[in-house]
Amino acid sequence: MAGEHKHPNYMAIFWLLAVLTAVELSVVFLPFGKMINGTLLCALAVGKAAVVAMYFMHLKFETRTLGLIAITPLAIATLLVFVILPDAFFVDHKTATVKPAAEAPAKH
Amino acid sequence: MSQAAAHAAPHAVEPAESPLTPESWGKLGMWIFLAGDAVGFGTLLAAYGGMRATSADWPNPGQQLGITLTALMTFLLICSSVTMVKALEWLGKGDRGKCKMFLFFTALGGAIFVSCQAYEWTHLIHRGLHIDGNPWGAALFGTTFFIITGFHGMHVTGGVIYLLSVIGVVSRRPDPAASYNVVEIVGLYWHFVDLVWIMVFTFMYLL
Repeated sequence: MAGEHKHPNYMAIFWLLAVLTAVELSVVFLPFGKMINGTLLCALAVGKAAVVAMYFMHLKFETRTLGLIAITPLAIATLLVFVILPDAFFVDHKTATVKPAAEAPAKH
Repeated sequence: MSQAAAHAAPHAVEPAESPLTPESWGKLGMWIFLAGDAVGFGTLLAAYGGMRATSADWPNPGQQLGITLTALMTFLLICSSVTMVKALEWLGKGDRGKCKMFLFFTALGGAIFVSCQAYEWTHLIHRGLHIDGNPWGAALFGTTFFIITGFHGMHVTGGVIYLLSVIGVVSRRPDPAASYNVVEIVGLYWHFVDLVWIMVFTFMYLL
């Protein structure tokens, strides 16, 4: 049939995604601290998203230019994080000097 | 208009085949739409990360939102992605009946997902999570939660309607080859919805 791709083993991909989801859920309970757990979770999420895009969306079998169109939003979102970061540090600095409301003297 | 000019006219407007997606222009259109939509979701998630990083009292999402139901919802979307590719595979083999059955299962998975989300929202609202505040800390926790999960939920709802309408298209066209591009394009949309949920689940519930 015109335009038909070759179909990968979808059940193998399903089980891969299911196992990666189970690994994600177990990572939440690992005692490695926020930084390591967060990095692991981000890596797993990106890996799962890549599997969906490559095999379910057939990006692996498409032209390279179409792949570039698909990857552009990721580049923009990453750029956006770096644009926001300086502002985040600035606001963090400001809020650090504000006394929490709980420390205010009680009214009698 | 001469006969030669009449034949040349359509090619003068646009080439018959898309250079990137020779199957159809519609497929290229869907990819461009999805790229734009991904920028929208990427912006929302980046803003969420920025707000969370700057907040001194951001509640622990794992404790307040709970991940058991959303883990099941994630699994459900993965299952619906498999039924979606199975629908396309069966159509490629010329079996319209099985294609429609798997498209229906995909839509059903989406409908159950949205129902679970409605249940989750209702439960959290009863516990005090509102768009403008919550009992656990930063008010933006509720704002970002409802906007991002709501935006995704609207996509799933739209996808269910889209899938049901594609079942109608497959039913009306006797030749399976005539529906192949339509099913492939709705599949791209549906897998994108699944892909976005993978990111939302990680950033909003697990981290």
